[in-house]
Amino acid sequence: MTILLLDGRVAADEYLELADDAPLPASPVAVTVSLQRWQHEANALAASGSKVAVRLANTVDITTLPDSLLACPMIELLFPAFADGRAYSQARLLRERLGYHGQIRARGSAVVADQLQGMARVGIDAFVLREDQNPETAARALHGFDLAYQGACDTLPRVRQLRRSTSATR
Amino acid sequence: MYRYDSYDQKLVDERVAQFRDQTRRFLAGQIPDEEFRALRLRNGLYIQRFAPMLRVAIPYGLLASRQLRMLAHIAREYDKGFGHFTTRQNIQYNWPQLERVPDILADLASVQMHAIQTSGNCIRNITSDHLAGAARDELVDPRPYCELTRQWATFHPEFNWLPRKFKIAFSATTTDRAATQVHDIGVHIVRNAAGELGYTIYVGGGLGRMPMLGHPIREFLPELDLLSYLEAVLRVYNRLGRRDNIHRARIKILVKEMGPAKFTELVEAEWTQIRDSELRLDAQDIESMKSHFDEHPYEPGAADDTSFAAHLRQDSAFAAFAKRNVKDHRVDGYKIVFVSLKPRNGVPGDASAEQLDILADLAERYSFGEARATHDQNLVLAEVRQSDVYAVWQALRQYDLATPNIGLLTDMICCPGLDYCSLANAGSIGVAQDITDRFESLDYLYDIGDIKIKMSGCMNGCGHHTVGHIGILGVDKHGEEWYQVTLGGSAEDDASLGDRTGPAISRADIAEAVERIIAVYMQQRHSEDESFLQCYRRVGMAPFKARIYAEDGVSA
Repeated sequence: MTILLLDGRVAADEYLELADDAPLPASPVAVTVSLQRWQHEANALAASGSKVAVRLANTVDITTLPDSLLACPMIELLFPAFADGRAYSQARLLRERLGYHGQIRARGSAVVADQLQGMARVGIDAFVLREDQNPETAARALHGFDLAYQGACDTLPRVRQLRRSTSATR
Repeated sequence: MYRYDSYDQKLVDERVAQFRDQTRRFLAGQIPDEEFRALRLRNGLYIQRFAPMLRVAIPYGLLASRQLRMLAHIAREYDKGFGHFTTRQNIQYNWPQLERVPDILADLASVQMHAIQTSGNCIRNITSDHLAGAARDELVDPRPYCELTRQWATFHPEFNWLPRKFKIAFSATTTDRAATQVHDIGVHIVRNAAGELGYTIYVGGGLGRMPMLGHPIREFLPELDLLSYLEAVLRVYNRLGRRDNIHRARIKILVKEMGPAKFTELVEAEWTQIRDSELRLDAQDIESMKSHFDEHPYEPGAADDTSFAAHLRQDSAFAAFAKRNVKDHRVDGYKIVFVSLKPRNGVPGDASAEQLDILADLAERYSFGEARATHDQNLVLAEVRQSDVYAVWQALRQYDLATPNIGLLTDMICCPGLDYCSLANAGSIGVAQDITDRFESLDYLYDIGDIKIKMSGCMNGCGHHTVGHIGILGVDKHGEEWYQVTLGGSAEDDASLGDRTGPAISRADIAEAVERIIAVYMQQRHSEDESFLQCYRRVGMAPFKARIYAEDGVSA
């Protein structure tokens, strides 16, 4: 049983993962489909009345995606291996380059406590925890650091800004 | 030097807490081996042949006295009484216990040190010229730029899971002392024709099993754009670097397979998008960082001293030391003193706790409380008043730190090799000692002059063998230790990769082979002003090869 961490809390996962060859559900539900299916069956998906989210392989070049993807309520990024960090760049590009405001979800082998804060920092806000993960440990690890040197897609205080404001008040 | 403010300290403390928790969960069986490995490497911790090894970061090689004392304390308390300085200006401990590493990291944090990102597939310690701020030939002090880069790279959320390790080095002189062209990114601080400060960016250099020199992908990058450009390079690499084969995963392979022109195009396109983001530095950021590396209060009358010259005349041992180990400082009346970690019968780069303590005292008393680690595995007291050099030398001599061999044949670079490292195919420390034994005469060493022998126990190349004037690479042949020799490498401004002499040479004969190489050089050189490297470049491989493999010769 997978656990979804959303806004730092365990949440119900409303989405059903739809394989490329699986038929569309008869009644409207929430589904995730591959990018391919989303591109090829755009009309049918829209007509189904379902809420449709898209799964992206970590090799997809974010800058080539159509603008229409921005209307998707959720995009799922895949982490096929513990040490494969390509989707970190994808998440940042989705947020910063494309201005995507929907949910970005991480799924896969790297979705463990020790990587969650990094993922959150690049704009991922929902985590399908790997099965062996303890949700309390994971939720705690989201707050391991409470400031950061770099700007990214999160709200951690930036060291540079903090320094500028301290030197201004000095 | 750079001192942490409360923010830097908080981040390092939080990292210690994070790793303590990770270690606890690992020992409780909650983190799989392979994943803990990736996490511990990002905190400098390896599991070696006999024990764990902890690599501690020394950003751009700069150390304060209290940090040296802490390094000594760690050597005593957690190790067997010594540490080993590496070719990336870091220090390694070979015998810590895994369970106690969080305590070591907490001790380090108490003196503003850490082991963050000293290993793993992330951005590693930023290295630079060990004479930064003291050298006569530098354009500006590169260390403020190194520190800005260090902070940008530390816990960078997007680049913590790169295809492979990533090394960045800075140089601000015309004589590159930081081997920048064999780094993933080499940054040369330069001025353009209009007199503006900026950088030339080299990408794709590296040693290891496919040694390559970096490509200059941008001739002039304006000063304020440093971090956005680095971010653009890293983003292209993180997205497109190969992950299917660990031996093809460095950025040098991406640049090579794609071609430098295409790679440059991608970086420039990415950079255009982020150039005006918050990554852009402002003049205030640079000024305030520079204020951390302010001028020391040099004494105006220091150059009036006559005792230095008098000691040189009166004491030939001191004169020998000064000839090799003392260089001019940019301020008249001050000298740069090299502390040799290459004594006879010693392990290159090793320093004992006692030696580290003494150096801390000497730095405090004579060098504004600072010392530096060099990528040649020596240490430097870079700001010594010339009238104090004699006293410094006398103290160094007592602790076997004054071997007058800087830049000479016995000042070898050498990785830990099979004695410690679990990657090694062959020993290197023993070979270094055999070679040193063959060159006992100091006069002969002086006569040979400047030469860099660099040795690695495996083709990962920690000992930089491919850029040694003489490079020695340990290989495993059917369970025996053999050595491949290269000639003509250089990591300096005239950077080049060495050429193989021929078949590998046996352990028993490798020191003999080096002796023959030197004999050929001595025979062939025009005069003693023609260095080994110049001579090799003029006469080529043939005479060396003929002699190394002559029939009375070495078994290969």
